[in-house]
Amino acid sequence: MSKPKVIIIGAGFTGVATAHDLALRGFDVVVVERGEIASGTSGRTHGVLHSGGRYAVSDQESAVECIDENMILRKIVPQVIEPNGGLFIAIDESDLAYAEEFIEGCNACHIPIQELTARQALEMEPNLNPKVLAAFTVPDGTFDPLRLALSFAASARKNGARFRTYTEMEQLIIDGQGNVTGVKVWDRTTDTHEEIYADLVVNATGAWVGEIASHAGAHVPIKPTPGVMVAFDQRLVQRVINRLNKPGDGDIVLPQRRMMVVGTTSFEVTDLDYVPVVEDQVKIMLERGEELVPGIRKTNVRGAYMATRPLIGGGSTGRSIARTFKCFDHKETDNIDGLVTITGGKATTLRAMAEKTADVVCQKMGVQAVCTTKEVPLLSYRDYYLQNN
Amino acid sequence: MSTPKWVVTFQIYRKKGNADPHFDEFKLEVSPDEYVLDGIERVWAFHDRSLAFRHACHHSTCGACGMRVNGAEKLTCITLIRDVTQDGGVLRIEPMRNFPVVSDLAVDMGILYTRMEMVEHQPVNSDAKEAIQPEARPAGPVGEEEDYIRLSDCIECGLCISACPISGSSPEYLGPAVLAGAHQHGIKGNEQLLKLVDSEDGVWRCHSAFECTAVCPSFVEPGWRIMDLRKQVIGERFKRLFRGSSPKIIDTMEASK
Ligand SMILES: Cc1cc2nc3c(=O)[nH]c(=O)nc-3n(C[C@H](O)[C@H](O)[C@H](O)COP(=O)(O)OP(=O)(O)OC[C@H]3O[C@@H](n4cnc5c(N)ncnc54)[C@H](O)[C@@H]3O)c2cc1C
Ligand code: SF4
Ligand code: FES
Repeated sequence: MSKPKVIIIGAGFTGVATAHDLALRGFDVVVVERGEIASGTSGRTHGVLHSGGRYAVSDQESAVECIDENMILRKIVPQVIEPNGGLFIAIDESDLAYAEEFIEGCNACHIPIQELTARQALEMEPNLNPKVLAAFTVPDGTFDPLRLALSFAASARKNGARFRTYTEMEQLIIDGQGNVTGVKVWDRTTDTHEEIYADLVVNATGAWVGEIASHAGAHVPIKPTPGVMVAFDQRLVQRVINRLNKPGDGDIVLPQRRMMVVGTTSFEVTDLDYVPVVEDQVKIMLERGEELVPGIRKTNVRGAYMATRPLIGGGSTGRSIARTFKCFDHKETDNIDGLVTITGGKATTLRAMAEKTADVVCQKMGVQAVCTTKEVPLLSYRDYYLQNN
Repeated sequence: MSTPKWVVTFQIYRKKGNADPHFDEFKLEVSPDEYVLDGIERVWAFHDRSLAFRHACHHSTCGACGMRVNGAEKLTCITLIRDVTQDGGVLRIEPMRNFPVVSDLAVDMGILYTRMEMVEHQPVNSDAKEAIQPEARPAGPVGEEEDYIRLSDCIECGLCISACPISGSSPEYLGPAVLAGAHQHGIKGNEQLLKLVDSEDGVWRCHSAFECTAVCPSFVEPGWRIMDLRKQVIGERFKRLFRGSSPKIIDTMEASK
């Protein structure tokens, strides 16, 4: 019997992780991505391997997902991670007032924290704002976004998944009953068009899921929410530095290679394909970043960039929308078979998102196969390119 | 935005399938403080959806966006338009040299990644152990006891390979990033690696043009590392000589002069 075939649209974190999971479970997988791997939102994240501390008060479901997945990723893909931990620091009274809720939240979400005195924090990170009042350690980390995605893609490929980059989905192929049976694609490297058929199509296009699903007349409640990030040319801290408060603008400073990145903001847009960097927001990153690490003032901007969160929108907006993910079987939501959408979530939770999606795919197709991605170490990101030769 | 806009003509190298390559021109209104990659992405978003180019992180950590800008190798995500042209000026954008072109500006990086794997270039360093030059050391606590993990300096962008005159004429030459990777890994006690770098296509092929160091966006200093690797290789040869192994080594040293 031939393997059941699945087409995944999008090779961001969600798409590559889903390809890896489905390939391990014995599916024939084809991924179509209009750009390069991770050329959408995924490439452009800060790269914080979240401990969950950031969401421990307001969004505990996400916080638990983050801490669990953080621990798994450290184990299966250490080659792309700086596992140096993080601090939440209080600079003013309002931050201090948040401490109690923070401790409770972290305890409720089994996020291991340790309280530090201001002096201990400054010994650990001498370039912190000397006005620091209190600090907590958390198991944050930093990752290289492209390499994280490539590690999943390389592993998926080894198990037979095929990646068609620079290949844009133009239309969903729909049968007489209104069900999805494949995709029409445009290969941008050869400027040719073709049709690919499959038993099921997974829409893993992040902020673009709404647009893609609409081709079949299906609906996904997605709220694309961009934010700015600014990279500076020195590494003045070794750990991720978070503001001890409710998530807000410019409250994360993280080290990566020899740089620091400060982020982020949160607003809404309608045109997703190009979101310009707004100068005022870059200024806010500098000002807010300086409150955590004053030395940023003396460094130079190395790059400024934007990315768009695929948040699942209900009635709420921006920061108050939960960071959890959701998998939609459009048979259930719109009575359209053959199409599953996965979106929301975080980079940190990519594996869990894939597990959930692959579970839904297996269930829909009557395939009995368990998820093994928690245990299987990923290949080197380099293998993705090696396999080209 | 507060800064006045510029009008810049992007002359972009195009290649699809087996068709002959050519250049397409796109006149764009840009801010001089945008990056070259922003302009290229806008060409794709608003003018020509068929444009293929590599990019991911947009802040110099992933190494995907290397291209030739007005004849020079640049990491386009951190190259300010202001620094490479002027109002009314031209930006000629070409794919990197010495890699096969997939389409337009996108190249196949397979050969670099294969070789980086061959020399066991470590993607993460334990910083206190990394042999970097002191002036390039990052700020922050670096004591014996304070050892943190840092992703390597080399982002495997390939710019040094594109700029290297020897990589152009001798495709078998391992190339600057790869030799720098071997240097970072360390050749001492690693027979296989030593053999690889102490070969015709290894350290002796380099003509010390230092183009690699000039274009490297990531403080790797491949030129310096190749020179240092040569010293280490000679050191290793002498060690062996005294241990009485292969006399042939001297010949290859002569030959490489
Ligand atoms: C500012 C910001 C900072 C963030 N920082 C962090 C962080 O530090 N840590 C963390 O854990 N998470 C972070 N996130 C969240 C995380 O980046 C996202 O949740 C994640 O990248 C989403 O991945 P995705 O694969 O779902 O979407 P994407 O990466 O956007 O992937 C979707 C892909 O679909 C492709 N596509 C679209 N249309 C088509 C089509 N028609 N045909 C073919 N392909 C198509 C796109 O090109 C794209 O590559 C951040 C998000 C933002 C916005
Ligand atoms: S040595 Fe420098 S230029 Fe060469 S691949 Fe590495 S980072 Fe790029
Ligand atoms: S896009 Fe990652 S280095 Fe430029």
